[in-house]
Amino acid sequence: MARLDVKKTYKLYIGGDFPRSESGRSYPVSKADGTFWANASQASRKDARDAVRAARAAFAGWSTKTAYNRGQVIYRIAEVAESRRDQFEAELRSAEAITAAQARTYVDAAIDRLVFYAGWADKIAQVVGGANPVSGPYLNHSAPEPSGVVAVVAPAGPLLGLVSVVAPVITTGNTCVVIASEPHPLTAITLAEVMATSDLPGGVVNVLTGSVAEIAPWLASHLDVNGLDLTGVTDPDLARTLEEAGAENLKRIRRPGLEDLLAPPPLDRMTKFLETKTVWHPMGV
Amino acid sequence: MANKSQPFEYAPAPESRSIVDIKPSYGLFINGEFVDGTGKSFKTISPSTEEVLAEISEASDADVDLAVKAARRAYTRVWSKMSGAERGKYLFRIARIIQERAREFAVLESIDNGKPIKETRDVDVPTVAAHFFYYAGWADKLGYAGYGDDPQPLGVAGQVIPWNFPLLMLAWKIAPALACGNTVVLKPAETTPLTALLFAEVCQQADLPPGVVNIVTGAGGTGRAIVSHPDVNKVAFTGSTEVGKAIARAVAGTDKRVTLELGGKAANIVFDDAPVDQAVEGIVNGIFFNQGHVCCAGSRLLVQESIADEVLAKLKRRMKTLRVGDPLDKNTDIGAINSAEQLAKIRELSEIGEAEGAERWSPKCDLPSTGFWFPPTIFTGVSQAHRIAREEIFGPVLSVLTFRTPKEAIEKANNTPFGLSAGVWTEKGSLILWAASQLRAGVVWSNTFNRFDPASPFGGYKESGYGREGGRHGLEPYLKNDGAR
Amino acid sequence: MTTTNSTVSSVSEATASDAALRRFLHGLPGVDQVGAEQRAAGLGTRSIKTSAKAFAIDLAIQMVDLTTLEGSDTAGKVRTLAAKAMRPDPTDPTCPATAAVCVYPDMVPIAKKALKGSAVKVAAVATAFPSGRAALDIKLADTADAVEAGADEIDMVIDRGAFLSGRYLEVFEEIVAVKEACQGAHLKVIFETGELQTYDNVRRASWLAMLAGAHFIKTSTGKVQPAATLPVTLVMLEAVRDFREATGQMVGVKPAGGIRHSKDAIKYLVMVNEIAGEDWLDPDWFRFGASTLLNDLLMQRKKLTTGAYSGPDYVTLD
Repeated sequence: MARLDVKKTYKLYIGGDFPRSESGRSYPVSKADGTFWANASQASRKDARDAVRAARAAFAGWSTKTAYNRGQVIYRIAEVAESRRDQFEAELRSAEAITAAQARTYVDAAIDRLVFYAGWADKIAQVVGGANPVSGPYLNHSAPEPSGVVAVVAPAGPLLGLVSVVAPVITTGNTCVVIASEPHPLTAITLAEVMATSDLPGGVVNVLTGSVAEIAPWLASHLDVNGLDLTGVTDPDLARTLEEAGAENLKRIRRPGLEDLLAPPPLDRMTKFLETKTVWHPMGV
Repeated sequence: MANKSQPFEYAPAPESRSIVDIKPSYGLFINGEFVDGTGKSFKTISPSTEEVLAEISEASDADVDLAVKAARRAYTRVWSKMSGAERGKYLFRIARIIQERAREFAVLESIDNGKPIKETRDVDVPTVAAHFFYYAGWADKLGYAGYGDDPQPLGVAGQVIPWNFPLLMLAWKIAPALACGNTVVLKPAETTPLTALLFAEVCQQADLPPGVVNIVTGAGGTGRAIVSHPDVNKVAFTGSTEVGKAIARAVAGTDKRVTLELGGKAANIVFDDAPVDQAVEGIVNGIFFNQGHVCCAGSRLLVQESIADEVLAKLKRRMKTLRVGDPLDKNTDIGAINSAEQLAKIRELSEIGEAEGAERWSPKCDLPSTGFWFPPTIFTGVSQAHRIAREEIFGPVLSVLTFRTPKEAIEKANNTPFGLSAGVWTEKGSLILWAASQLRAGVVWSNTFNRFDPASPFGGYKESGYGREGGRHGLEPYLKNDGAR
Repeated sequence: MTTTNSTVSSVSEATASDAALRRFLHGLPGVDQVGAEQRAAGLGTRSIKTSAKAFAIDLAIQMVDLTTLEGSDTAGKVRTLAAKAMRPDPTDPTCPATAAVCVYPDMVPIAKKALKGSAVKVAAVATAFPSGRAALDIKLADTADAVEAGADEIDMVIDRGAFLSGRYLEVFEEIVAVKEACQGAHLKVIFETGELQTYDNVRRASWLAMLAGAHFIKTSTGKVQPAATLPVTLVMLEAVRDFREATGQMVGVKPAGGIRHSKDAIKYLVMVNEIAGEDWLDPDWFRFGASTLLNDLLMQRKKLTTGAYSGPDYVTLD
């Protein structure tokens, strides 16, 4: 007789822990073939609130780490993910009706994207900042700083989609709350397990699974959230509502829309959630 | 013959008004010419005398539509097809004409806005010319700016600017927009339209193709018509946070790009090892420059307790030498408040400050009997919870708070929804750099304050808005961003 | 440390040792060069017209220490200068006299005699002017000679070498000694700010000299460039203002060298007015060390009274 599988309970990832939704709710997730896969936690507004609190608490530490250190941590996520390639491939094939080769392409691209951003951590300031030649006896320079806490609605694409929106946001020192793809939340939690074992401080990335339409408005209107990435919002009315809600504290908002994820990513995945700080100082004796 | 210790009274030194020619009424500048608006009209007055200066058209929705159509036509047929080098040459021309007509602009700005001629002459107008000169040089070098090899313009930019630096804000908006290949519809503030209308003449003198710059005057309704016009690709706004939020809501769900440069409540932090005399100058410049009508004004003084008495004594002594009065007098340091409405707001918040228990002080100064005036004022004994420590007063009113440690200073400085600017004063280099890194503000002036330069990016964190104006960064809001990888 | 709390309950404390004096002077607030120069330039944009200009020009004339400090000075030259000091514009009796003539010590008797009966003072440079490179006893003898010859005011130079190498107490004690040698004569202490280089040094030298009892602090000898500048004078005016705040004692300020035009002189007076305050708008508390300035002031004065521009042929060359 075949051995009975030990199935995994998929929970949320908040502040480095894996809690169930405080609401006690879950929703069934099916495989591509329609069979039951697992129950995902269905996050509530209070889970979203807790996730924002965790992200805010992590911001000071994460944003003031050296860029080199942040790069190392993100590279470490790639390393740990690499060791789980087979698992991710299997999950992608279960989630989406794709071939093994396709699954491998997405997994490799996701891991390579992490490596790509790991290398960006200590380059971005030089690329988008610099000295400004003002007409006076002043040292004047501009440098990017992270906006703060960014709420992200991840696109479809259980792994590469998630990595493509989360990695650029945290590379520059932001912390985030990400709502995983609603139909494909489970890989996001597997990736969270990778992050939880990759030197990434708890709270830098917080993963919620559940209903975008239910959770996103709470994040969009939350006054302690500084940025909103709507990449994964597919309903234009919802996107407009979220953008309107985000106006209340002038969140930096990236509107819906997804580039070809296998192509080199656009720079504004990072720059949208960066502030430019310009510092002046007189030069004299 | 001078007697000993007789007061040195400066005789009036008024700049002549004869250089400006204010017409009785003005139309709208659409498609290269002045046309009559189809809406109502309003009056612009001199805030220092309440004299009516001119009758101004209030652009209707239909007028705005005409202006946007003219801008679209100019964009499609002329401006987007022109080489960057040629666009740049137009901007160089404009910069030069502004330099040639600098005195005229300075006097007109001073009359319409109420700010001292000293500032329009030495700050506003030279910085305007410099801004056009700076962006002129970018027009044919956009491929080097980091936004792709051949970055493309957005189209028609709708721009709404405030009354505190009327011509300078026009330059901040128009120069980068044009350099990047966009055309513009710009609305100057209701109370200060005259220099924008004079700028329209400069466009004519420069032979700028019709429709590249359109100036529509009016109030909030005109601004809303621009922001919500479906054929506007980009909205740039400088003004209040309240209106900024309304604009952000209005463009939600559209493809319009937006930049917002909004309010502030900047902390000016003075540590106990500061160069005290220069810090006092920086405090004065920070809050009394331009009557405090400055979004990045250093309106919260955070002074370390151990030198608070000394700094305040010196500040009060310095404030006694500030000369409030006729904006056209070359010795005036503080001019008129821009409008009755703004004066009422400053008075209201000041009265709230007193009611909340803060101690109010102004030097003795004789204010003119007509016009809108408010003396330079400081409040001491202010705490973070007071409304005058949290809300933007936008007038010559300073709230003074104290702190004990660097950490406390930073916490207090950052404890605001705003994040436009901040100041730090200390002779200790490492403390300067630490404080600058901790402050959540888009511009940090260390051992100086209120410095502006076309090469220096300007803009806020948090509710002070988003996007940068000035420098290479100032190109980004006017270019499509899909080229950069 | 701050200006007020570091004074002068503790003058004796501050000057008790080289180390104490160093601590005191280096505890003064720093001067940011760019900020100080901007403040000076800003004051320079004041527009002084009509009645204010007439007031300023007459005040400036009264503040001139009409100076000749050349190797080629002769009795004749000094007598001419004295005549000019007493009656700068012989055609106009309303034109005030200058504050003083400033000469080398050996010319004091001649100047004294020529100025007899007038209110114009005789100032003598002493202490091995302009370099100050001589032994203390020679400097004191130089001073005593000038005082004995009738000098009302002594313009001494500090030992810049000692100052720049941090031997503040030595400089302090030298000023104290020279002041004693002055007996009743007023002591002006010249820093030669062009050699001190930084505004921080100017502020420290100012406090050092004031603590030592200087009646006046003076920028320059006129022999080193740059001599007087607006920002240097700004820093010195701040120092005398703060010193009075702390001690109640007023000290005068004298920029010297390089001030040639009325327009410049008026900028200095605006600065005196707005930085130190109107109490200093008095020849007892502010002087210009100058020679050619006086004729420009006279030409401007004529322009104001006649409405026409004057020329060098209409003022006396002395």
